[in-house]
Amino acid sequence: MDDFLWRALLGGVGIALIAGPLGCFIVWRRMAYFGDTLAHSALLGIALGFLMNFNLMFSTLIVCVVIAVLLVILRSQKGLANDTLLGILAHSTLSLGLVALAFLQNDGLRIDLYGYLFGDLLAVTRSDLYWIYGGGSLILLSLIRVWQSLLSITLHEELAQVEAVPVVWIHLLFMLMVALVIAIAMKIVGILLITSLLIIPAATARNFARTPEQMAFLAIFIGSLAVIGGLYMSWHWDIPTGPSVVLSASCLFIISLISVR
Amino acid sequence: MFSNNILVKVQNISVRFQGNDILDNISLDVERGRIVTLIGPNGAGKSTLVRIVLGLLKPNSGSVFRQSGIRVGYMPQHLSIDHSLPITVLGFLRLSRVKTDIQQVVFEVGISHLLDRPIQKISGGEMQRVLLARALLREPDLLVLDEPIQGVDISGQSELYELISKIRQQRGCGILMVSHDLHLVMAATDYVVCLNKHLCCSGHPEVVTKDPAYLKLFGTAIYTHKHKS
Repeated sequence: MDDFLWRALLGGVGIALIAGPLGCFIVWRRMAYFGDTLAHSALLGIALGFLMNFNLMFSTLIVCVVIAVLLVILRSQKGLANDTLLGILAHSTLSLGLVALAFLQNDGLRIDLYGYLFGDLLAVTRSDLYWIYGGGSLILLSLIRVWQSLLSITLHEELAQVEAVPVVWIHLLFMLMVALVIAIAMKIVGILLITSLLIIPAATARNFARTPEQMAFLAIFIGSLAVIGGLYMSWHWDIPTGPSVVLSASCLFIISLISVR
Repeated sequence: MFSNNILVKVQNISVRFQGNDILDNISLDVERGRIVTLIGPNGAGKSTLVRIVLGLLKPNSGSVFRQSGIRVGYMPQHLSIDHSLPITVLGFLRLSRVKTDIQQVVFEVGISHLLDRPIQKISGGEMQRVLLARALLREPDLLVLDEPIQGVDISGQSELYELISKIRQQRGCGILMVSHDLHLVMAATDYVVCLNKHLCCSGHPEVVTKDPAYLKLFGTAIYTHKHKS
């Protein structure tokens, strides 16, 4: 097996490892659209990274965090429905990112826009792997630490607050984790497809799990299977890796629906 | 300043939201070993007052004293758990993050047979008992119950009130309870506060049910539920 295939496999499984448990919380908390909005804003982070000659994952992370904080502030204003707000932000930031990149391209920058939108697992470099496993361990360790508290907040926020769970801090930490996973996973599945890697394995795992922890572990396993299957399809038929991985996850989801019946 | 038995003392608090009075000049004490019941029509501010006692909400004016070091157990009005979250009753109880013996509390409220059930698959009455167990796990000095009999069938309602009475006797904790219904709750309470944004009347159940302000709100002893402010 070639080196780039090993890197692709390690990178993809690394993402599945983080996306599984985090994706469970996105499903439980009904935050799919929130994840999508953060992911869409990632393109703006890429444009900013090129503009300021910055590490792209880092600039993406910063933009995602700013958008997440902005969302929290806007939501507390209680003017518009949450999904309207998310829709406005998602597409505004995506368009802003596209426009900024177009200006940069006019100035002679050569970038693979397609790769950022839909991902390119086969182009994973050694330094990408450091980011995935470094950032990934950070996310997983934090998640394990706040697991019970986050679960408690997800079930009943005020009850958790009465039981002395630091609700605001844990919310903030969770958003940071989602922003970080998007910055890291961007290169693998692309910003338009990241949310699916968070949600589909978790949704597939639901049908077989009896406890939250079981669901998280199953989501990791299913996500890894999807990565392996997608990678194989992509390599075998020479099709884009991002959509292949997502499609193999969808297939697993459909199989889970049928097998439960 | 106040006796050791007073767990929470709410004094002359007012809450306004977007220019509307939600609560106006309310005072309330909850003492150890006593059951205080809040009654009042929909929108009377009962849940708002509960949130103030719990410290989840700050009043616009007035003060709330809570005896330092007391533990509070809270039973929320209802809990709807998304089907996407697989969790058993036992898993839910473990989230209370305390080292109390779960089995003993579970036995006390009579849900031993439910522990391995997915929480989405239990009835409304069973759910209320599970929520009560979660509150009791904290070994509370103050127990706050927001409409504990919601979704419970008639025979279950009086059973639940009996259980609450028994908990008060055995544990000696103070209980603040919100209720919609009038008959059953009167038997299970020491002190009634009739609320309709302002404090209509308060006192021993027998006294309150004869109070003109109470009668104006609820009609005669028969529950007619007129919406007058």
